[in-house]
Amino acid sequence: MLLSILTLISQWAIPFLLLAVPLYGMLKKVPVYESFVEGAEQGFYTAVKIIPFLVGMMVAISVFRASGAMDYLSRAVAPLTALIGAPSEILPLAVMRPLSGSAVLGMSTELMKIYGPDSHIGRLASVMQGTTDTTFFVLTVYFGSVGIKKYRYALLTGLTADISGFLASVYICNLLFR
Amino acid sequence: MVDLLNIVWFLLLASGIIVAALNGNIEVVSEAAISAAQGAVKICIDLVGIMALWLGIMKIAEKGGLIQALARLMKPLMLRLFPGIPPEHPALGAIILNLSANILGLGNAATPFGMRAMQEMQKLNTDSSEASTAMCTFLALNTSCITLIPATIIGVRVSLGSTNPTEIVGACIFATSIAMLMAVSLDYWFRTRSPWGGKG
Repeated sequence: MLLSILTLISQWAIPFLLLAVPLYGMLKKVPVYESFVEGAEQGFYTAVKIIPFLVGMMVAISVFRASGAMDYLSRAVAPLTALIGAPSEILPLAVMRPLSGSAVLGMSTELMKIYGPDSHIGRLASVMQGTTDTTFFVLTVYFGSVGIKKYRYALLTGLTADISGFLASVYICNLLFR
Repeated sequence: MVDLLNIVWFLLLASGIIVAALNGNIEVVSEAAISAAQGAVKICIDLVGIMALWLGIMKIAEKGGLIQALARLMKPLMLRLFPGIPPEHPALGAIILNLSANILGLGNAATPFGMRAMQEMQKLNTDSSEASTAMCTFLALNTSCITLIPATIIGVRVSLGSTNPTEIVGACIFATSIAMLMAVSLDYWFRTRSPWGGKG
């Protein structure tokens, strides 16, 4: 039941917006096509402007991951997971969550394949995937689009929120699914 | 104060190269670096079309006054979160659109709205190379934003044969709410109490 409602919403959200906004424009006598093109023109410049920022960040993250340094970091903080009541298999996911969205999706899919989506690890991986965002990617892209190189405290705030999200995921999964 | 990002970036790169060297597989470094650099450009090129689509739709909404109406609707909350942005400023409308798209799980639409919000906030920024306070608050909200429909992970669970693929939605909302609460409080503390605060 919930699944079909959620599927319906995700299927309809974009068609609805694509109809509702131009319809609203027509009613307000906005030249809809001309306005669309005018806005769309900005898309190209904005996307291109992000390139240097994203290259810098993705190269560093990719080297960090491919070299195996990330695995060492996961292993180094592994004793902490026992402390908070999380299975150690989940830790690489938490370490990777702020860095790379696609890597985390791959890792959580892998965990669910091994342990099953309805296992404790599977559920915890799902909740962590659905919680918080790829902080590094978002900051890089958003600040990059306006050419900002100094982030002040934004990174610290984002990473603390990620850690809180991780701890909250572990807590709620232990409470609900155990 | 040295920006944290410089240190993090350097540490990611340096520790990766040192670990690869110690493990005797230094060759992975060049391959990882080059393919990541190409991958980054591909992501941006893929973004061009999506950005054009949603910024175009947004322009229609803006000319019709929809964005401004949205900003007025959320005014009491927005003024408290973003004291540095004048009321009725187009940045507020873009921020609301970005957060709404995030909540609905429309990642594709969220990014262009977010860029637009950043551009509008940049116009109010006193030092264009450094993040403004409003930008920091916006990104704190953005990166910890609740998603009502975590569509990707539900899809993975369905494909792997879960008996109850959506049972995790409530837990996701709880965990994200905690993260968001943390982000907003910490951002508030930074901008009012820390040596980083005090910029417009």
